Amino acid sequence: MKDQNRQLLSGDEAIALAARHAGVALGTGYPGTPSTEILEVFSKLGGVAQWSPNEKVAMEVAIGAAFAGARALCTMKHVGLNVAADPLFTASYTGVTGALVIVSADDPGMASSQNEQDNRRYAVAAGLPMLEPSDSQEAYDFTLQAIEISERWQIPVLLRVTTRVCHSYTVVQSRSDSTPAPEASFARDIRSRVMIPAYARPAHRRLRKKLAEIQAWNETSKLNPVIAGSPMLGIVASGISVMHAREVAPEASLLKLSLTHPLPLKQIEQFAKSVQRCVVIEEGDPYLVDAIRAAGVRVEGKAEMYRFGELDVARVKRILNYDLTAETSPPPGKPPQLCDGCQYRVVFEALRKRDCIVAGDIGCYTLGVLQPFEAIDSCVCMGASLGVGLGLRHVLPPDQARRVVSVIGDSTFMHTGINGLVEMVYNPPATGHVLIILDNSTTAMTGHQEHPGTGRKLNHEPTNKVTLESVARGIGVERVFVVEPRLGSVEFERALDESLASGELSVIIARRPCILIAKELKRYEQQCECPK
Amino acid sequence: MNNSANALSKESMSKVTNVVVAGLGGQGVLKGTDILAEAVVRAGFDVKKSEIKGMSQRGGSVTGDVRFGKQVFSPMVTSGEADFLLVFEPSQVEPNRHFLRPEGVMITPDVVDAERLPSKKTLNVALLGALSAHLPVPESLWLETLKSGFDESFFEANKQAFQIGRATQSNSVR
Ligand SMILES: Cc1ncc(C[n+]2csc(CCOP(=O)(O)OP(=O)(O)O)c2C)c(N)n1
Ligand code: SF4
Repeated sequence: MKDQNRQLLSGDEAIALAARHAGVALGTGYPGTPSTEILEVFSKLGGVAQWSPNEKVAMEVAIGAAFAGARALCTMKHVGLNVAADPLFTASYTGVTGALVIVSADDPGMASSQNEQDNRRYAVAAGLPMLEPSDSQEAYDFTLQAIEISERWQIPVLLRVTTRVCHSYTVVQSRSDSTPAPEASFARDIRSRVMIPAYARPAHRRLRKKLAEIQAWNETSKLNPVIAGSPMLGIVASGISVMHAREVAPEASLLKLSLTHPLPLKQIEQFAKSVQRCVVIEEGDPYLVDAIRAAGVRVEGKAEMYRFGELDVARVKRILNYDLTAETSPPPGKPPQLCDGCQYRVVFEALRKRDCIVAGDIGCYTLGVLQPFEAIDSCVCMGASLGVGLGLRHVLPPDQARRVVSVIGDSTFMHTGINGLVEMVYNPPATGHVLIILDNSTTAMTGHQEHPGTGRKLNHEPTNKVTLESVARGIGVERVFVVEPRLGSVEFERALDESLASGELSVIIARRPCILIAKELKRYEQQCECPK
Repeated sequence: MNNSANALSKESMSKVTNVVVAGLGGQGVLKGTDILAEAVVRAGFDVKKSEIKGMSQRGGSVTGDVRFGKQVFSPMVTSGEADFLLVFEPSQVEPNRHFLRPEGVMITPDVVDAERLPSKKTLNVALLGALSAHLPVPESLWLETLKSGFDESFFEANKQAFQIGRATQSNSVR
């Protein structure tokens, strides 16, 4: 019991621990539930980890580290991979010299996300090997495995996890036998890394060849074990679905897929033939079942109703029993809301009073959409408040257009809001526009992470600070207000009225730190002022 | 096959103990499940603990599932399968009642006399104490876990709250 190496860890913690044990030289990412804890824990364990302004930059930094021969880890939530898709799709061509493990943390059921996209499709689209752990032990083991595959085939590897794997705690036995990390050193390799068409064409062929090799290897690797059982029922599953399936049908034969791209199709075919009924149990999109059927193997999938939301033991039982009756939803819990005393309350109260049309963004402040404010009219993805607000301004009749404002948080502004601000200055609507940046000096939605505007690194140590007002002025906005939204003060409302009336381009920075971290902020500031 | 699947799953479930802890953001639900899971690991069980974080930090409902036994597969407790339901906040009883199996035990704040607790913040630990009376984990392991799971300075208060909870007869709700 007192075994030092046996620990109860979340999937996120297990990935961090494995990265540390494998000597990962650099961890990069952007916060996003359920991936955030990976880099935080990696840093606490002594690893070098940093938040980038967004996932695209994080991926590029990690690619650079892997070009230099180091082991790199890049973490993000599922939608983050959309932002990072551009480097992703070509990094599979360039390949890497060291190792690059990209963690995509998907959120089926949307515990804390704006969609439930299934990123297994990215492995296929970008041409990357993909591993899917089903518990923390596998999160640990597969992180090490991903590094091995990445180094052996010089290819980035996708480690695809889901909320239940990231945030469930299960027992992990760690090892200390991973190969020593290589030293970083630059070796010029222009044809592999400069993707002009002449070099990219052969690179694409190289990628397909690597994938074919990995597929052949996967057919006989130990990664996809068969748990022997009754020949009457066979289940093919990956990720957390494996656990639900084993619980529901312990008597069944089970093919547990771990390296789910490229798939070991021959092994799957053999397995399907060995059982009378073969059912694919997977959460989200019918990725496995489509691929298996496309290979000509006869398997059953799940009914469309089970595409939505997470799977659990009860739903897997229903799938196996062909149960298509309506599911009862549990009684609703209490919805989240802006904290009492949150500085944003003043802002949403003011917007609601003026009947503003609010192009919103993602963060704590998205809760301004709920009672009692109902003061957000759109929320699409991070950074969208600017573009959407501008689009509304461009086409609405002037009396409506003048009421449009864009509202964005400070971390989100750094993430992808800056591009939108450039658009605002470059293509100003006839009625002008108003951008409100809610600067609470932190990324609160995901649990208070630092970002470039806080002047502190991931581990809260001081670094250069990117100030919002100088960015806005530098991009060319002349009317920049910095105000403090607080109860009993009209500062914010005055700036808002003046901006709305001006018909010009304005940026209002509503600055007041999140009340939940007042203590920590004081501590960090004192640390900052220490003599160097 | 369907019938045999059902029968077998019942049997394997019976070896696993299911606990659901429910409350509101900020009430220490997740800390409570941490302590519980850690204590049962120390007692030698396989354990899985599942939680949904995210928007929950803004005062919304939070639940955490802990399952332990010889071997645990799914980390989530199925509706109607919880042996124990710990609720830290009366308003969360109804939304979570569906988790409890018919003979399951519900433990709510009214099992402890709040006046006797060293502080309001120790309610989660007191309710763990009430739960502990039903579980095959020695008290010494619970106390060890409480000691390492919180800042040392809270240990005396937590120990006191735990023991107040452990001494109560929690009501079994049908
Ligand atoms: C592409 C992408 N990455 C990450 C997230 C997760 N996420 C949602 S909002 C947010 C940042 C919120 O910070 P901020 O804009 O400062 O607002 P606050 O929550 O502090 O009010 C993050 C990281 C996401 N939804 N999409
Ligand atoms: S965490 Fe901070 S920013 Fe978010 S709602 Fe609460 S007070 Fe407001």
